[in-house]
Amino acid sequence: MNDSDWISAVLTSARPQVIAALLRQFRDLDAAEEAFQEASLRALKAWPKNGPPRDAAAWLIMVGKNATIDTVRRQSRLRPLPADDQISDLADVEGPTVDQIDEADYRDDILRLLFICCHAELPATQQIALALRIVSGLTVSQIARAFLVSDAAMEQRITRAKARVAAAHVPFETPGAVERSERLGVVAAMVYLVFNEGYTTSVTEQGVRAPLCGEAIRLARLLLRLFPTEPEIMGLLALVLLQHARARARFDPSGAVVLLDDQDRTLWDRRLITEGVALIDKAVRHGRPGPYQVQSAIAALHARATRSEDTDWAQIELLYGTLERMQPSPVVSLNRAVAVSRVRGPGDALAMIEPLGAKLGGYFYYHGARGAFLKQLGRAQEARAAFDRAIALANTPAEAAHIRQELDLLAEADAAPSSDANLKKFPGNMSDRQR
Amino acid sequence: MQYAVLCYHDEKVTCAWSKEQDDAVMAKLGVVMEKLERQGKLGPVARLLPTTAATTLRKDHEPPLVIDGPFAETKEQLLGFYIIDCSNLEEALAITKDLGQANPGGAYEIRPVGLFFPGKALS
Repeated sequence: MNDSDWISAVLTSARPQVIAALLRQFRDLDAAEEAFQEASLRALKAWPKNGPPRDAAAWLIMVGKNATIDTVRRQSRLRPLPADDQISDLADVEGPTVDQIDEADYRDDILRLLFICCHAELPATQQIALALRIVSGLTVSQIARAFLVSDAAMEQRITRAKARVAAAHVPFETPGAVERSERLGVVAAMVYLVFNEGYTTSVTEQGVRAPLCGEAIRLARLLLRLFPTEPEIMGLLALVLLQHARARARFDPSGAVVLLDDQDRTLWDRRLITEGVALIDKAVRHGRPGPYQVQSAIAALHARATRSEDTDWAQIELLYGTLERMQPSPVVSLNRAVAVSRVRGPGDALAMIEPLGAKLGGYFYYHGARGAFLKQLGRAQEARAAFDRAIALANTPAEAAHIRQELDLLAEADAAPSSDANLKKFPGNMSDRQR
Repeated sequence: MQYAVLCYHDEKVTCAWSKEQDDAVMAKLGVVMEKLERQGKLGPVARLLPTTAATTLRKDHEPPLVIDGPFAETKEQLLGFYIIDCSNLEEALAITKDLGQANPGGAYEIRPVGLFFPGKALS
């Protein structure tokens, strides 16, 4: 790695803590960001010469504060000059008086910074954009690309979101235990949103959106370092790691979606899986289950199966049942139905989801799953109707392409109703033999 | 003489590496390791998962205390390590509790291993 690489890695990793500290100092997001910017510029000049400071975050906080105070002083000449000991000099910054400061000492500051980004009045996309800009430090154009909008539109969106949170006056006092745990819950949900924003994507978008998954993982790690004994935060990090572990297997070279069952499991990232499973192990010991832990346990059951037919669907169904009780939602019920179809067959699964039609009528996955159950039951006509609805509701071209493939299979089965199984088996086997 | 080389770095930084950066570092290390392996000088190598995956068993209490997170005191020093193979954290804790009974005081940090090369030199 060259100078600018390691410096940018250090700046990125110190950013949440430094901005959080500067925000407490200046009580203003823009001022905090500008101060961080200034400190980063000075780091780029100073560090290649002097080497990295022992505590990069402390250096940046100090330099950021002093630079801003200097600027304010220069701009307001009418004010009396401060006492000598308040006049800063870069040289002191690394003096012995600078205490080693720990990320954990900034726990509430960092949590506040994250919490500010998820203000209840902000729509989800703005929360994500704000967190990526302020906490992760992605540039406006990086975020714009991830959301597939123009730079100008994203700039405007972020400016508006900032104005809104500034007007919201999130208090700077140290939060009480209840307040803190509420904030943590809201922030965890935002981190998962960031992840999903990157995860729900097609391969053509994957290049530009994949960084969102990486950022979400980094934020979840940060949260767990700040709250190392929170089982739900262990669950959150486990969940995003286990889902991200499958990233490379989710699309085939042509960009089509590869369903879980058909994925090449050797492409799954074993290191991420090991880490996710280790975190679940830790979380379980607390005996305080929650939605992230349950979802991560489901993801772990998929990850543990080296072949799709080894998947423990019965256990997955039980876990979805638990999740349904914790967080009743038609989407969770739909997921449980998919597990039911594996354990007890498509008939039971179909019966389970029919009543969900009213709530999930506009949901791509509902019609996709319904079509699949009907197809398995041999009700081709109804399956086709369900798949048609699904295509109309597809979120990405890849999703639509996948459903079209299902429709093609139905058409093939229609053309040769008696040899459906043979059609699937023979061409592959024959071409194998020819080679 | 056998030496243990203990690796230290700021985890916030290494976790901020992109997959490409991480792979590049591992590839460069791989070149050095291959040379050592050919020379028969390389023993087991382990890359540990981040400290967020760690659990600590304080064995200066009776019964020993299980704490989430890495071992963080500075008055103790790293004196050695075991690599154990078990199916989950419960089993790992049971084993370290046994070890702790044989040698009370101090602590064990139980950290999952991410990558492991057995190495020829010592096998």
